[in-house]
Amino acid sequence: MIVLDVLTGLLLCAAAFFFVSGTVGLLRLPDIYSRLHALTKADNVGLGLTVVALMLQAESWSEVFKLVLIYAMVLSASATVCYLIGNEAHRRGQRPRRSGAN
Amino acid sequence: MMYFDDRLYLIAGAALITIGLYALLAHRHFLRRILALNVMGSGVFMVLITYSARTAGSIPDPVPHAMVITGIVVSICATGLALVLAECVQALTGRTELSDERETSEHTGARPDTSDEQHQDQSP
Amino acid sequence: MLYLFDLVLLVVIVLLAWRSLNDADLFRGTVSFIALGLLIAVAWVRLRAPDVALAEAAVGSGLTGALILSALVRMRRRGRDAPRPNHAGGAIPRRLIGVLLLALFLCLCGAMLRLAQWPEGLTETALAELPASGVSNPVTAVLLNYRSYDTLLEVAVLLLAIVGVWSLRRAEWPGDVRESYPLLMPLLRIVLPTLVLAAAYVLWIGTSKPGGAFQGGALAGGAFVLMLLGGFGRRALRHRYRMRVALSCGLLVFIAASVGTMLLTGEILRYPAGFAGHWILAIEAAALISIACTLGLLYLGGRPEEAGDGTPVNRSVNGSKNGSMGR
Repeated sequence: MIVLDVLTGLLLCAAAFFFVSGTVGLLRLPDIYSRLHALTKADNVGLGLTVVALMLQAESWSEVFKLVLIYAMVLSASATVCYLIGNEAHRRGQRPRRSGAN
Repeated sequence: MMYFDDRLYLIAGAALITIGLYALLAHRHFLRRILALNVMGSGVFMVLITYSARTAGSIPDPVPHAMVITGIVVSICATGLALVLAECVQALTGRTELSDERETSEHTGARPDTSDEQHQDQSP
Repeated sequence: MLYLFDLVLLVVIVLLAWRSLNDADLFRGTVSFIALGLLIAVAWVRLRAPDVALAEAAVGSGLTGALILSALVRMRRRGRDAPRPNHAGGAIPRRLIGVLLLALFLCLCGAMLRLAQWPEGLTETALAELPASGVSNPVTAVLLNYRSYDTLLEVAVLLLAIVGVWSLRRAEWPGDVRESYPLLMPLLRIVLPTLVLAAAYVLWIGTSKPGGAFQGGALAGGAFVLMLLGGFGRRALRHRYRMRVALSCGLLVFIAASVGTMLLTGEILRYPAGFAGHWILAIEAAALISIACTLGLLYLGGRPEEAGDGTPVNRSVNGSKNGSMGR
């Protein structure tokens, strides 16, 4: 159906926008905590939009279920990894950069 | 049934082989060489799979696919064993390169590749 | 339009390969290598090789990267890692190597582009025998039926690798992170059972769709590595025979199948007609256990033993304190 294809295209463009903004955040933000923020949040939203776009193109309910499962696993893994990196950075003494300092 | 130009993949495979071989010859640290061998392996696999995709048939030729899967598993085994050997060499001699290369570089007057300072934890 | 995607993908792959090997910082290089593996998995999908893409994403990128990273951390902890790339030249100057390799690259391209345009290949031969092979995925049929002898030797190579690693050194256990990272436990509680289920699913589905024993074994190996990182399994791993049985069961079952088929049909690994699928699944199941344990124990990097009083040993090769002062 043409409506589904157009919707899929729009959702994929939105997902690409979120991924690009996450990468821009990775390159331009000053310290590790804000970069983690950008990466996990923006990339997970992008992945969610991609999953929804692919669900519209799926051919059976089992495919939809598998896509949701993939999203859930990536979400839980990336949240935990973000926490682990932030915790380890904090343990090694890195502090968030305050505006106006240095 | 040609639906895309796969000669690009052949060139990329040759590029990966060459880059891996260059790093294997030019660097001396163990881990760089192990990474270089893995990249070379990926290049060879890419050439094999591209040829299997070029076959005239309804599906790609499955025999190179099976060979590449075998190759991937064998290469991780070789990598695991090579890493343990590298750690043993480092624990026994304290260096992260092969000792006869150290003598060669001392012969040419270049600096040997050991450092006594602790590695600084760098910020990402 | 897809041509543009291929071009961009391959340019990024080649650049990432260069960066991963020539980066000044080995950690960044290894992380680039992991990303390179994932992009190469996308290239396999583009080349219509989904089985290889599964294996590459799990084994080639994920587990190899984890192995190299853990070795890098252990080597750095020993304090002998040089943080700069070695620009001090060796016996052959770098420019000469560069020129020679550029010539090699051009010769390789010329030779490869000149080879048969549309080779015949073995597709028709493989597809012709597929109904009798017991599976409907041609790659699985090649791996476990047409060329099952090669797969037998491959499982033997897996066992050889772990025998080599175990003969060389004792394992250094990663520190127990359960107290310092309390969020790791809930993740493991969700992810580990899911990974085991996914491994069994990939094994089962490999008979008709992309998948198989190696891909499933890689997933289960990833679960094994996660388990080690979470601090589990220390007492189980030090049990005398459990791990040895798990590591060798793949090869032993394969050899038993070879002997069995030789007795039943007179030829090695020629499955009895009509039962080929069952034999293949049995061999694959045993191989999956072996592959998972081998990959996990390769990550551990040594024999899991105790020091005699049950505490984990945190030093590596026996008594080389004098040697590590540098000679």
